[in-house]
Amino acid sequence: MFDITLRKAGLAYGDNVIFQDLDLTLKAGQWTCLLGGSGVGKTTLLRMIAGLTRQKNINTRGEICCGDNQPLTGRIAWMSQQDSLLPWATVLDNVTTGIQLRSNRLFRKAKLSADQKDRALSILERVGLAAKANELPQNLSGGQRQRVALARTLMEDRPVVLMDEPFAAVDAITRLDLQDLSCELLAGRTVLLITHDPLEALRLGHQVYHLRGQPAELTDAIEPPGQTPRSLEDSSLMALQGQLLDRLRHAEHGESV
Amino acid sequence: MKHSIKPLIVLAGLLLLWQGAAVLFEIPPYIVPEPVDVFSRMVADAGLLWEHTLVTLAEMVLGLILGVLFGVLMALVLVYFAGLRPWLLPVLLITQAIPVFALAPVLMLWFGYGMASKVIMTILVIFFPVATCCYDGLRHTHQGWLDLAHVMGGNGRSVLRLIRWPAALPALASGLRVAVVVAPIGAVVGEWVGSSAGLGYLMLQANARLWVDLMFAALTVLAFCSVALYYITDNLLRWLIPWQQKTAY
Repeated sequence: MFDITLRKAGLAYGDNVIFQDLDLTLKAGQWTCLLGGSGVGKTTLLRMIAGLTRQKNINTRGEICCGDNQPLTGRIAWMSQQDSLLPWATVLDNVTTGIQLRSNRLFRKAKLSADQKDRALSILERVGLAAKANELPQNLSGGQRQRVALARTLMEDRPVVLMDEPFAAVDAITRLDLQDLSCELLAGRTVLLITHDPLEALRLGHQVYHLRGQPAELTDAIEPPGQTPRSLEDSSLMALQGQLLDRLRHAEHGESV
Repeated sequence: MKHSIKPLIVLAGLLLLWQGAAVLFEIPPYIVPEPVDVFSRMVADAGLLWEHTLVTLAEMVLGLILGVLFGVLMALVLVYFAGLRPWLLPVLLITQAIPVFALAPVLMLWFGYGMASKVIMTILVIFFPVATCCYDGLRHTHQGWLDLAHVMGGNGRSVLRLIRWPAALPALASGLRVAVVVAPIGAVVGEWVGSSAGLGYLMLQANARLWVDLMFAALTVLAFCSVALYYITDNLLRWLIPWQQKTAY
């Protein structure tokens, strides 16, 4: 496993500087959570790490290094706010989208090897959706769809996972379940999770950062004590959540004045 | 099958109104024939009507197939060869800016009185809705899918095949529905300007001889063919693209 270090990272849409001189280390095998108000540049930072900001009107600076000096490209799995499931593909096909995309077949879809199919099915079993393998996504609930997205992420089997508010669109109970499941299944991977929910960050994060201001800056990391996923009954967690909410509110009001 | 009853009730109502008006106002049969007369003409001349219907149907279907093919090809070229776009878009617009009625005599001159000129006319009419809808569909692929494909290491070809093309299908289907509705215009206008067979030709001949009941009979068959073609296409598309009703993208 390897750390990922951002040094003096900066990004601007034309003249509009989103952030500059940002330093951040994602520790190997740990969850780093990034909090911040909407529009502050959280998603942009995540997209920059994923290599999705190579467009004409976007200027990026700084460097992103891996601890083992290998490039980061090809070692990332991506999970976005919407589940981004393909509505025309079955759950199984969605989980194996990556394999299909990397094959060079011209017209027919690549046939999965028995190994790949077994692995996809066992991953679906782990997220509790083995029975839905041949359903279309439209027949699933929001929480189930997000679990398929998680299965697709696991199928990619990458050491680094970037998540952009993956649980924002589901109800509170489902969200807690999905947090526990992700924490269990993504253990040992380097995860960067973006969220606007302080409780989510505090339950899952080994380091919790707060991105604020314009251009955006990172605050010092909070390192909540104890094993993840942390229990809601932990009173110190609740106290921290209160402090964090206060800070987020101040940041929001500071910007709007 | 509940939804198929309502249009039939509307149709029966209209026919009753028509029959009632023809009888009540004593409209002469050479202006508006009674539905009953039209129906008996259809039965009496079934063979003749069938023969000409086949010709028109063949023109429409052939025009549809080729028009959709060209439309989709045009959309793919527009999306993937951005440099050609400024050159091709005016051509696309010109094919639509000239009324097909004005083009018909020229096409007749070039391609003769046979089927070719009508098929080309049909292609011209449906090419545009298919090309623009497909082009729009291919351009507006949901960004989340493209991001995901990029991170997963997809190449241009596999992204087109697995994501952009299926994502464009609902838009292409809307284009196809329009195309099926306007296809008869191309075929019949072509026949009207100059032909030796087809429902348009039959109507022209009947019109000249004041066989109004035969004219209405041909018109009825044409309307029936258009509606049937639309429903077949619509159902086929629903079956082929089952996800289109429920996606928000």
